Amino acid sequence: MATVFIPAELRVLTHGVSQLTVTASTVADAVTELNGQFPGIETHLIQGSKLRAGLMVSINGTFSSQGLRAPVTASDEIHFLPAIGGG
Amino acid sequence: MSTVEKPSYKVIGTRPIRHDGVDKVTGRAKYGADIRLTGMLWAAMLRSPHAHAKITRLDTSKAKALPGVRAVVTSKDFPDQGDRLVELGEGSVNMKHLAANVLAHDKVLYHGHAIAAVAADSIHIAQQAVELIEIEYEVLPPVQDALSAMKPESPVLNTDVRTKGYVAGGPGSADQPTNVASRIYFEQGDIKKGFADAAVVVEREFHTATVHQGYIEPHNATVLWNADGKVTVWMSTQGTFTARQQTAELLRIPVSDVKVVPMEIGGGFGGKISVYLPPVAAMLSKLSGRPVQLVMDRAAVLLATGPTPGSYIRVKVGTDKSGRIIAADAYLAYEAGAYPGSPIGPGCMCIFSCYDIPNARVEGYDVCVNKPRTNAYRAPGSTNAAFAMETVLDEIAKQLKLDPAEIRLLNAAKEGTRRVDGPKYSRIGMAETVEAIRDSAHYQSPLPGPNRGRGIATGFWFNVGLKSSVTATLNLDGKVSLLEGSTDIGGTRTSIAMQFAETLGIPCEDVHPSVVDTDSIGYTDVTGGSRTTFSTGIAAVNAANDIKQQLIERAAIHWQTTPDKVQYIDGGVTCSDGQRLTFKELAAELHELGGPVIGQGTSGKEAQGGAFGTHCVDVEVDPETGKVQILRYTAAQDCGTAIHPSYVEGQIQGGAVQGIGWALNEEFWYDPKGLLRNATFLDYRMPTCYDVPMIDAIIVEVPDPSHPYGVRGVGEVPICPPPAAIANAIANAVGVQMTTLPMSPPKIMAELLKQKK
Repeated sequence: MATVFIPAELRVLTHGVSQLTVTASTVADAVTELNGQFPGIETHLIQGSKLRAGLMVSINGTFSSQGLRAPVTASDEIHFLPAIGGG
Repeated sequence: MSTVEKPSYKVIGTRPIRHDGVDKVTGRAKYGADIRLTGMLWAAMLRSPHAHAKITRLDTSKAKALPGVRAVVTSKDFPDQGDRLVELGEGSVNMKHLAANVLAHDKVLYHGHAIAAVAADSIHIAQQAVELIEIEYEVLPPVQDALSAMKPESPVLNTDVRTKGYVAGGPGSADQPTNVASRIYFEQGDIKKGFADAAVVVEREFHTATVHQGYIEPHNATVLWNADGKVTVWMSTQGTFTARQQTAELLRIPVSDVKVVPMEIGGGFGGKISVYLPPVAAMLSKLSGRPVQLVMDRAAVLLATGPTPGSYIRVKVGTDKSGRIIAADAYLAYEAGAYPGSPIGPGCMCIFSCYDIPNARVEGYDVCVNKPRTNAYRAPGSTNAAFAMETVLDEIAKQLKLDPAEIRLLNAAKEGTRRVDGPKYSRIGMAETVEAIRDSAHYQSPLPGPNRGRGIATGFWFNVGLKSSVTATLNLDGKVSLLEGSTDIGGTRTSIAMQFAETLGIPCEDVHPSVVDTDSIGYTDVTGGSRTTFSTGIAAVNAANDIKQQLIERAAIHWQTTPDKVQYIDGGVTCSDGQRLTFKELAAELHELGGPVIGQGTSGKEAQGGAFGTHCVDVEVDPETGKVQILRYTAAQDCGTAIHPSYVEGQIQGGAVQGIGWALNEEFWYDPKGLLRNATFLDYRMPTCYDVPMIDAIIVEVPDPSHPYGVRGVGEVPICPPPAAIANAIANAVGVQMTTLPMSPPKIMAELLKQKK
């Protein structure tokens, strides 16, 4: 079971719950499961068919360019973080 | 120093002469402003004399009527951008804001904001025509710092901005115009309990100034909008593909109709990612039917191109009696400039990133103010944050009578440490950089004399991966033409060629790298984020492996055997029966063995392992003037594997010097009307060789497992520690703990005088 870490600013929507284990095989599925538990949270993470602008998904500490399509496996950690560029 | 036994590389770790060296030192290298095209026009721009004003009247008719003027443009000549966000390689950009930054719409939001442009037969006619543009303003009150701009009664810059992530009762608004563009929030553990259990707690407030990247070469663009609808842009840029996309999006033409040709670049440091000039020059070219060149002067660069944000930061840290950090809390407000988009996210992610902290909270705000739209600058957001955290940690070390290196080692983040923003680190070299400084001759040496002090500080940057492409053509003489899309700022032609050569087992000098235009290579993200040697390096390794595979197949034809009987070993191919051909011998036979061999490689990793640096500085403070002299400076950095050690040292030294500028001198001076008063390099005081000693660089090598040779980006981390290290040194020299950047003589004198009272 992968673990979705709920962004701290969204924990008002999860009654303080900070993480959720999911059976998902992709990030999109994980968000769907998350939304099943905490209806409405999806709109804070997804816009249309993509992650919201300015957000990136990190899997086990590594940003993924595949966004919602990124595969996840058991024991993976999923984080939603601000996008990073650089100078 | 290396943490692992390194493979016996032949090319990596050597110091070959850079491939572009001769052109650079003989003055033959071509920069953007060197371009001359047949029939080319020169352009000049009208810029706002106010920091905040409504444009009530704009009449360009007299300018258009001036003999020699071929075209005049304002924002009305550009297509409407609507309300859309576009992914531009390093994140999404609000196109309406980007367009209004290129040429102001109904309001000007900072001193120097571009309003109109003229193309004429000469630059003098163009400048004269700009003077003939009639414009009237309704001047509005400016707001110039984040804390003021966050107040509900503050003038609001943009009517379309709402607070993303708004929390009831907090700064900003979810449904009314506000300057507070977004809120970032991270939390882990229980900080209330952490602070309750702490033996020592230190809390301080910090202010950092708006600072410019200070690249030597001004922005420039020469554009031809051809009769066939194709647009060619010659320019100085950190990323041809993002420049192409921004230009195409702003003109609302297909991206494939734009070709960006990269000229040599005289520095960028993050400031040459956004476009300012190409769309304007393109529209002037379209209207005039002629190529148009637009070049900023120094004042325009300082007035109107992205600086790094000024900031307010409050940090509170609690430790137990041993110095172990058990709670930390931070509040950050970064100035976005005229439009949302400061690096508040990375700032919040970086502020506690060097340490293993069980209970932590970070809250940050992106705030619009009447200054130029901020842009990336080496480790964007991290230097401000490091200044705050690293000085507070030193204060705690003093209270606990701990060595500053030891408190950092006690708390150092390591593999498995969970950052406050959530993820755990993979293999990192934070502790190793502190150990390198602790064990250095510099740190171990005495520092005698009055008013002298030593300080250390650590910094972190993520380093990004992103996308790169490389194409390599094998020539019959056994040399390789290597095409890449990464503009070369710090010697990356050579560092990429070295990885390619190492993979094939050939001399670096036999690889001829070229940076080519957007029609000649696959998509490549910007030279920024400390990514080029890492990511384009991976693409080059993949291209070399592609060539290896093709050469195995050609050798099999030569020996009339099957590829599985051939191996590529040590710069040549070997058959299972013992026959061998060198790379050059096989290259000479290619035309008889099936024709050209072209290797291709791409990379698409979004991230690399993060990198850390620890710096040590000795200063002497003049108690009569407050002037700080840097006596000695040593910087240790984890670079994974140093491909070309001279370039790694150069990046460390350059970053450290820029950080010294942040620390001691550099700041934008705005008057009460919001007008920038130091838009020249005489008055915007950057360090020169008279101000800094030789920076001793210690290369620490903790290989990044996500790169075939263990590379970590090196370009950004070295700017992070200097302000904090120098503040700590000043505190140790004269007993005043500075909390404002820059720590210029008047500010230090003020603190010294307070101390005497």
